[in-house]
Amino acid sequence: MTEYQTQSGIVVPAYTRENKEVDPPLDYPGYRSTEFRHPQNPLVLLPHMLTEVTGPLLGESRLGPLDYDLTKQHEEEPIGQRMSISGRVLDSDGRPVPNTLVEIWQANASGRYRHVVDDWPGPLDPNFTGVGRCFTDSEGSYRFVTIKPGAYPWKNHHNAWRPAHIHFSLFGRAFTQRLVTQMYFPGDPLFSEDPIFNSVPDPKLRERMVSSFDWDTTEDHWLLGFKWDIVLRGPDAVVFEEPHA
Amino acid sequence: MSHLGVTPSQTVGPYFAIGLTWDDGPFAVPEGTEAGFWIRGAVYDGNGAPVPDAVVETWQADADGRFAHPDDPRGAVDWVEFRGLARAGTDGEGRFAIYTVKPGAVPGTDGTTQAPHIDVTVMARGMLARLVTRIYFPEEEAANAADPVLSSLPATASSETLIAAKTDDGYRFDVHLQGENETVFFDL
Repeated sequence: MTEYQTQSGIVVPAYTRENKEVDPPLDYPGYRSTEFRHPQNPLVLLPHMLTEVTGPLLGESRLGPLDYDLTKQHEEEPIGQRMSISGRVLDSDGRPVPNTLVEIWQANASGRYRHVVDDWPGPLDPNFTGVGRCFTDSEGSYRFVTIKPGAYPWKNHHNAWRPAHIHFSLFGRAFTQRLVTQMYFPGDPLFSEDPIFNSVPDPKLRERMVSSFDWDTTEDHWLLGFKWDIVLRGPDAVVFEEPHA
Repeated sequence: MSHLGVTPSQTVGPYFAIGLTWDDGPFAVPEGTEAGFWIRGAVYDGNGAPVPDAVVETWQADADGRFAHPDDPRGAVDWVEFRGLARAGTDGEGRFAIYTVKPGAVPGTDGTTQAPHIDVTVMARGMLARLVTRIYFPEEEAANAADPVLSSLPATASSETLIAAKTDDGYRFDVHLQGENETVFFDL
């Protein structure tokens, strides 16, 4: 990994700050709730030092055996289109991010979350919680089995509907790599009017949040396969300070 | 080496609590740990209203200023009961609480020493990406004065917003996303 040499002899990796060109702005009027939830002062540059280049390396003892399969967490199967979502977690240099916790949560097939605040009249499914966890393997690969989430309405503007999505949360190997995002489905007709999807400034960058349908992982008479790779910030260019004279 | 473009952030949304809250989430160390304490606070928006759907995550060194991580060039230490990570969603009044021990000082760049500090991620509905701040400790006046981050803040940034206040069972640290008392947030 790229390293940052300090005069105290502490050598730590520095991470790319390319996420600044990729992440949506915190102040985005199209998404109304950002109005009072974004700082108005400029962010202060924080060098990547020890606390930033380390992060929690959680053990797999956190996992239950069925945490990766959202269709097997209840007595019966949930209603909906059974699907898998799989892919790799990589850094921006193409290196796998192994043994890292991936957490997902989602609405059920009717577009309803099992959350007290979600009260729109899409039916709840007694056989679906909508929460999954897994660890990436040594190659950075992950896989979940679930049902395809439905679109759902929200109050941002008249007739506002979120495109179907699954929330993803990743720790990576360092505090700098922490990422919470949403995975979308290819060709969703709701993309064009969704301010959250469109908050990512460049249409080409938005495509990075869209999974692809995949025949290889589609299983005959069982489930549809979708693939989605997730790329976390990786090493920056090498920076060395001048040593002490 | 091939370069891959990083995946953009999206909001954690209003319903993260079904997935991101763990029973042991708030505990960077088990409750009852010697020298363990609570950091309690609340998240406020630009109107001064509490944010009831935020999640606060903390990451820190152990009491010796060490990490259980291979990228610490001093070597990874074994953490048995210390997790370093705590995570808490806010309640209806915007309040959160995490339980931890005070981190030790940590080497910085340029031969400096960083004062004991905790890195903080704040996410919420209405925030399209994470915000990052730090918690410092009020009794560490000398170390805070020499801290490379605190001592190089621009004039517009108030270091006071980064220093917790002592309380009966630990410390208080409020997060103001916007406005007069806006917390200093970092470009990580």
